[in-house]
Amino acid sequence: MEDEVRLMKGNEAVAHAAIRYGVDGYFGYPITPQSEILETLEELMPWETTGMVVLQAESEVAAINMVYGGAATGKACMTSSSSPGVSLKQEGISYIAAGELPALIINCMRGGPGLGTIQPSQADYFQATKGGGHGDYHLIVLAPASVQEMADFVALGFDLAFKYRNPVMMLADGVVGQMMEKVVLPPQRPRRTDEEIARQCPWAVTGRTGMRKPNVMTTLELDPVAMEKNNLRLQDTYRRIAENEVRFEEHGTEDCDYLIVAFGSVARICQKAMEDARAEGLKVGILRPITLWPFPYDEVKRLSKKVKSILVVELNAGQMIEDVRLSLEDRVPVHHFGRMGGIVMDPSEVLGALKNIIEKRQS
Amino acid sequence: MKEEIIIAGFGGQGVLSMGKILAYAGLMDNLEVTWMPAYGPEQRGGTANVTVILSDQPISSPVLNTYDTAVILNQQSLDKFESKVKPGGTLIYDPYSIHHAPTRTDINIYPVEAMEATFELSSSKAYNMVLLGSLLKVRGLLPVEAVMKGLKKTLPERHHHLLPINKQAILKGMELV
Amino acid sequence: MTPEEIKQSANIVETKPRLLNDNTMHYCPGCSHGVVHKLIAEVIEEMGAEEIAIGVAPVGCAVMAYNYIDVDWIEAAHGRAPAIATAAKRLNPSKLVFTYQGDGDLAAIGTAETIHAANRGENIAIIFINNGIYGMTGGQMAPTTLEGQVTSTTPYGRRVELNGYPLKISEILAMLDGTCYVTRQSVHSAAAVRKAKKAIRKAFENSLSGFGTSVVEIVSTCSSGWKMSPVKSNQWMEEHMFAKYPVGDLKDSPVKP
Repeated sequence: MEDEVRLMKGNEAVAHAAIRYGVDGYFGYPITPQSEILETLEELMPWETTGMVVLQAESEVAAINMVYGGAATGKACMTSSSSPGVSLKQEGISYIAAGELPALIINCMRGGPGLGTIQPSQADYFQATKGGGHGDYHLIVLAPASVQEMADFVALGFDLAFKYRNPVMMLADGVVGQMMEKVVLPPQRPRRTDEEIARQCPWAVTGRTGMRKPNVMTTLELDPVAMEKNNLRLQDTYRRIAENEVRFEEHGTEDCDYLIVAFGSVARICQKAMEDARAEGLKVGILRPITLWPFPYDEVKRLSKKVKSILVVELNAGQMIEDVRLSLEDRVPVHHFGRMGGIVMDPSEVLGALKNIIEKRQS
Repeated sequence: MKEEIIIAGFGGQGVLSMGKILAYAGLMDNLEVTWMPAYGPEQRGGTANVTVILSDQPISSPVLNTYDTAVILNQQSLDKFESKVKPGGTLIYDPYSIHHAPTRTDINIYPVEAMEATFELSSSKAYNMVLLGSLLKVRGLLPVEAVMKGLKKTLPERHHHLLPINKQAILKGMELV
Repeated sequence: MTPEEIKQSANIVETKPRLLNDNTMHYCPGCSHGVVHKLIAEVIEEMGAEEIAIGVAPVGCAVMAYNYIDVDWIEAAHGRAPAIATAAKRLNPSKLVFTYQGDGDLAAIGTAETIHAANRGENIAIIFINNGIYGMTGGQMAPTTLEGQVTSTTPYGRRVELNGYPLKISEILAMLDGTCYVTRQSVHSAAAVRKAKKAIRKAFENSLSGFGTSVVEIVSTCSSGWKMSPVKSNQWMEEHMFAKYPVGDLKDSPVKP
């Protein structure tokens, strides 16, 4: 039963994976297109089995602060939302990053700005990878491209969050959240005991067990020298993450003349465009960054040395393209193709954009 | 084997659930599947459509611009998707709510009087199953037993008494084409 | 006498609680925070609860409460303490979880978190310092500022047609089914201090018994913000604050839901 292949939506897979990972607390507020995460958790009633706490908060603001409070006690806590709701969470996310607390935040992106649309988008790339809230901090950002990855990145996200004491964001979108695919769910793990938490998280605010020194989770530091030290410590964490945790996937890059860089569900669409292009004799390859932060700068640079041009495909007006350009030092022409406002490009549009570039190059 | 299918009609006609049953049936038959709905308020009476891909290979894009097969339940969907059926592909539609019949000559077109059949079966909820039956017959995608297993998976247990009428509807749909 | 001679045990008539450490408090002379801190430390100590106590500090003058009371603390974002306490308590049900919040934190920016935590009946205790002004940022209007009261953002006095009415948030919280104990106290006299301590103890015990949310409002002074001497502040509080915010229990129904 444990390894059973199931058919479900990405959002549902997140809920199942969270229970099976042994997550301690989920706090969320409904918003399309990710409400199935909270709905599925409420339906599965994990408090009866693993003891996981599931709570519908009064707002996204409250939900992220519940995550902050739970994480401060050493528990594995998560929240999920979609773009407008994630904007509301940014204050709390900044506190969680400053507090060096492990937590998982899921953004199932929809089109913006403003209330925008409930349809898929990737327009929160900047927000997720370049800050979002105030202060010099980074989230580890994972971009799933399948229902299986939505499930798998729950575990990966928490593992990384606890390893580096840094919040992780799963930057999904309406396509992977809403589509159903096959998924193999991981086996059920027990939740950590209080003793295990005390060992793993000696900083956790749990009450002064054994009259140890008080643990205080605060992000306030009025002494500028000490505050700079805090910032330097954070930067050191980010350096270690950037050195060790860059993840990406490639298709057809061994022999490609043209490189597509795309993340999340769009990478899947581009893969189909690549198949069609190759059927027409165009040697196209795909690089799919899996970690958007840290971004695979070195890999883009390496591939850029063998291709004629690069097409960055995104569901936005051009955000990840800035990181691609940063990798290249202007060696190779970089182009952007995007759709916005909830319109998802189809593979033929990507192929069309690619052919445009090739024609322009030749003329 | 790879079949790229669009099912389109009004919300409430069972478009999404028909796709879901097809996807589950694919799963039962050990195929790779994706089920990608046009989600949102469309579910509340507007147009609804779902893309289902069945394949014996891993599936890349869940979003498509052309389809092997279209199952069409209303005029708007016919207007939108007739041109997107690949040459040599299949279009199944119910003439009940269609005023302008499809005109393409390079695809295989099957009108299925599904609404009429549902009146005979006296179960309006089995409407989508009649069309699913026709799809299965025309395309020979999956054995009926896999579909019945898929149906059992998607229906909550309290509705399992409806399984026989659904099977009847599928068989009726197979008979109609 | 030298300080050493004064400290001889024969001369000691009162000691501070062990959990109140020796750090110099940043509070102004005459401020109520110091007294309330001491009461919380005493109550936790007397309950033997220091190994299970988790405090949630606000943004406001008490932002660094964790520097003075030696229990575990989480410092919250402005107004969010009840949300943080909600999760801390739900994930650690055997712990004593309390928030310590001022009027701006609890009744302005954090109103939603306060009301919803109380309405869910979270098993937490909320200690609410109401001094009718924003002390930390330099004396601006609070939701509880009295009509006509001069602050740096109401230099001609609070006008209800502009700024609305002083918010009696404890009365609102007492109406919610999730609260089991809502009381208003003060710490301006020895008798008041004794009563306030009893109230804090009851609130903490309620939260451990799972009776729901307890709220202890402490009508307090802010000599700096009010621009009065400590003695004058106490007088002004009795004359003006108590008229709008009368002390006493608003609700006391400790029953398990």
